[in-house]
Amino acid sequence: MDLTIVIVIEMLYAVASLALISVGLAVVFGMMKVINLAHGEFMMMGGYATIVAVNLGINVFVAMLIIAPLVVGLIGLVVERLVIRHLYGRLVDTMLATWGLSLFFIGLATIIFGNTTTGISTPISGLAIGNYQINGYNLFIVVVSVLLMIGLYLVLGRTRLGLIARGTMQRPDMASGLGYSPERIYMATFFCGSALSGLAGAILAPLVGLVPTSGGAYIAKAFITVIAGGPSLIAGLVSSASVFGVIDRIFTFAMSPVIGEVALLIAAVVLLRLLPQGITARFFRGRM
Amino acid sequence: MQGSAGKDVITTLIVAAVLVWALPLMVGTYTLTVLAIYAMLGLSLGLIWGFGGILCFGQAAFFGLGAYTYAIAAINTGESTLPMILAVMVPGVFAALLGAMMFYGRLGDVYLGVITLVVTLILFKFINSTAGPQYTIGNARLGGYNGIPGFPTLNVPGRTDLSIWGDGLYYFCAAALLLVYFGVTWLLRSPFGRVAVGIRENETRMSLIGYDVRIRKTVMFATGAAIAGLAGALFANWGAIVTPGLFSLSQSAEIIIWCIVGGLGTRFGPLLGAAGLGYLKFLLGQQSMINNTMLMGLILVLFVLFLPRGVVPAAMSVWRASVGRPRRAGRAGAVRRNRRKDRVDG
Amino acid sequence: MAEPVLETQHLTMRFGGVVAVDNVTFTLRRGELRCLIGPNGAGKSTFFKCLTGLLTPSEGHVLMQGEETTGWAPHRVAALGVGIKTQVPNVMDGLSVQENIWLAARRFLPSTQADAKTREVIERLALGQIARTALGRLAHGERQQVELGFVAASDPWLVLLDEPAAGMTAGEVARMSEVIHELNRTAAVVIVEHDMQFIRSIASRVTVFHQGAILIEDDVETVMSDPHVRNIYLGKKA
Repeated sequence: MDLTIVIVIEMLYAVASLALISVGLAVVFGMMKVINLAHGEFMMMGGYATIVAVNLGINVFVAMLIIAPLVVGLIGLVVERLVIRHLYGRLVDTMLATWGLSLFFIGLATIIFGNTTTGISTPISGLAIGNYQINGYNLFIVVVSVLLMIGLYLVLGRTRLGLIARGTMQRPDMASGLGYSPERIYMATFFCGSALSGLAGAILAPLVGLVPTSGGAYIAKAFITVIAGGPSLIAGLVSSASVFGVIDRIFTFAMSPVIGEVALLIAAVVLLRLLPQGITARFFRGRM
Repeated sequence: MQGSAGKDVITTLIVAAVLVWALPLMVGTYTLTVLAIYAMLGLSLGLIWGFGGILCFGQAAFFGLGAYTYAIAAINTGESTLPMILAVMVPGVFAALLGAMMFYGRLGDVYLGVITLVVTLILFKFINSTAGPQYTIGNARLGGYNGIPGFPTLNVPGRTDLSIWGDGLYYFCAAALLLVYFGVTWLLRSPFGRVAVGIRENETRMSLIGYDVRIRKTVMFATGAAIAGLAGALFANWGAIVTPGLFSLSQSAEIIIWCIVGGLGTRFGPLLGAAGLGYLKFLLGQQSMINNTMLMGLILVLFVLFLPRGVVPAAMSVWRASVGRPRRAGRAGAVRRNRRKDRVDG
Repeated sequence: MAEPVLETQHLTMRFGGVVAVDNVTFTLRRGELRCLIGPNGAGKSTFFKCLTGLLTPSEGHVLMQGEETTGWAPHRVAALGVGIKTQVPNVMDGLSVQENIWLAARRFLPSTQADAKTREVIERLALGQIARTALGRLAHGERQQVELGFVAASDPWLVLLDEPAAGMTAGEVARMSEVIHELNRTAAVVIVEHDMQFIRSIASRVTVFHQGAILIEDDVETVMSDPHVRNIYLGKKA
């Protein structure tokens, strides 16, 4: 019985963390049809922002939930103004340019923070379920992810801003037809997406030793979760995170964490091969 | 057309011979060897991306696969000839299977990007985790993140006592590069190559004309992978060790940067981009002021923004404009003229 | 009566709940020249795509020279000897006219014969002036001509053309109908078209599509004077 609860929590955690690391990319891709390959580095910067803030004596939750998203959101804003906005509608070019940005940020972080591992301690202690010890922080991540999904759903579904955003997703020309500047919508979207990436990076930072190349561990997972999710932002995210998260955990329990990750990636390849409808059918037919 | 092709071969041979002879006067052959290998690797992606229109984010997978195949086979056979052949075959067959899966599923460009990237990552993660003694193939231990050192390097076929190294390896790699270059040139002038360019331009139309696009793209993809595998085997010989880093995303990124900077849709562009940026990396490696990764990233961003066609096509159009004497058009068929075309983005 | 080269039996194409092509049984005989007309949304373009393999029909059969081709990929249909021109000009923009046509000729011929065939087609379509120009730089009408060049270069026995006259000048249209008649000497031809002027100039048998089904099949003049057709299709023009 205790074991079942532990396994369920582990599964939930796997799904939640996948959703968390993918949400920033999903927002940017869903709204703007831009695949931000620097997403992993945005997360890495969120992690560093948290660590720097904590070292300056700021409360760890303030650092994670407020400072990191703001800092990374602002970096995203600069990136959007300088690079992304010149490449709208050129999907492959944005992928290449953001890949370049990812290398740039890795180099920059190496210069500033050095090539050594830094980290902060987990702010929540573990708790025991029967004979098993589980990581309390994992539960925190599950809660944050669920709140984030609900929040996103409410923003998109219930607010005027969300309505404009959904309209832009369906028909990019509609927003301008209604008198909203698409340029400002894109700018705001990229800010939000970057902030979410920063938030994800910050929240995961206590669990991993942070190095400048940490982002590489996230990008592929986020990338496949978003692509496999399909056109519907929240439902797609939750469903593909569930599929991949569960597969990852099953193989991790049965074999090893590496096999779990490899199984996840193989599942992604198979899924994309079997169900290419998701996004391709809607947006990429013929031209990219 | 036959005559001009023959003239091109002779010109290329002369230029190449002069370069092979003159470059060691300025740069060490140890560095030149790896530049030649990079050039071959750049050309392999230039072929499938620039002419085949296949967006591959995982060319490093084939490079690494070639290197590992060579190392493992060389340890098991104790010589280098069969391992060299296997290092070309294994990535080629692997790419053929992967390509068939993707192209017969009619996956779009973004999916090709995702899948090739993910496959590279799978290989990287897998190889990285093979540190334990249970991961052996024959006599070769995979070694995980430590890689495989100490395998037999290149020798004269049939004579394991006569090894090819140092300057010898340099000339060997230069000759291999030249052969690959001629091979690619021949391929692109053949009907297969011209049809491949047609497919790059418009896949739907080519299938409505009656060409089976899927098999042709698969063959093209496998050819590029085989060339990358050869480059990987040579790289293994040069470094005398293979590590999982060969499969890394940054390795894939580097190959893409070479192609973008040099210019897609040309044979010479990726080659030049690879050798040029490879040399830059070598120079940067000798100092610690500028971070190499950061600079490569910056170069990629700037080229995508300001010179997406790449250096070689841009230089050629400047040359034409300044000389003002248009080349007699149609001289060498489809491919040549394509150099002027903007890079493939569809 | 000549034998049928193209038949459909109870061909149906549904998109979700919408029936775009509804149980169409259609026959084209050797040497025939047939226009498919109908108002927008009548299903003629969808029908055309089912023939060429660009769409797989939900139900029913397509037969070409008696061979079942339902659901075949376009390249297999084309490889039978079927020349296809799609609605939007669909060409290799980065390549020259000559190279474009060579690619079509090379599909069925060895290289040297393909060169000769390319020259012949370019001459036949009077494209000599622009033979070395990249397609991306040509006007719409010229691009349409090149597409017809693809068809001519492959020596087809069945030709399927989707709106060949769209967006062309009067002179180009006249030239186009000449070429089509020429093609018709060796091939059966199906043309999906809007332009009544053009259809009159072709003066063939006409099949009228309406709401996914065949409404009437007869020669141009009869069809045009049919009150029902005038009502649904030509209402404003007649």
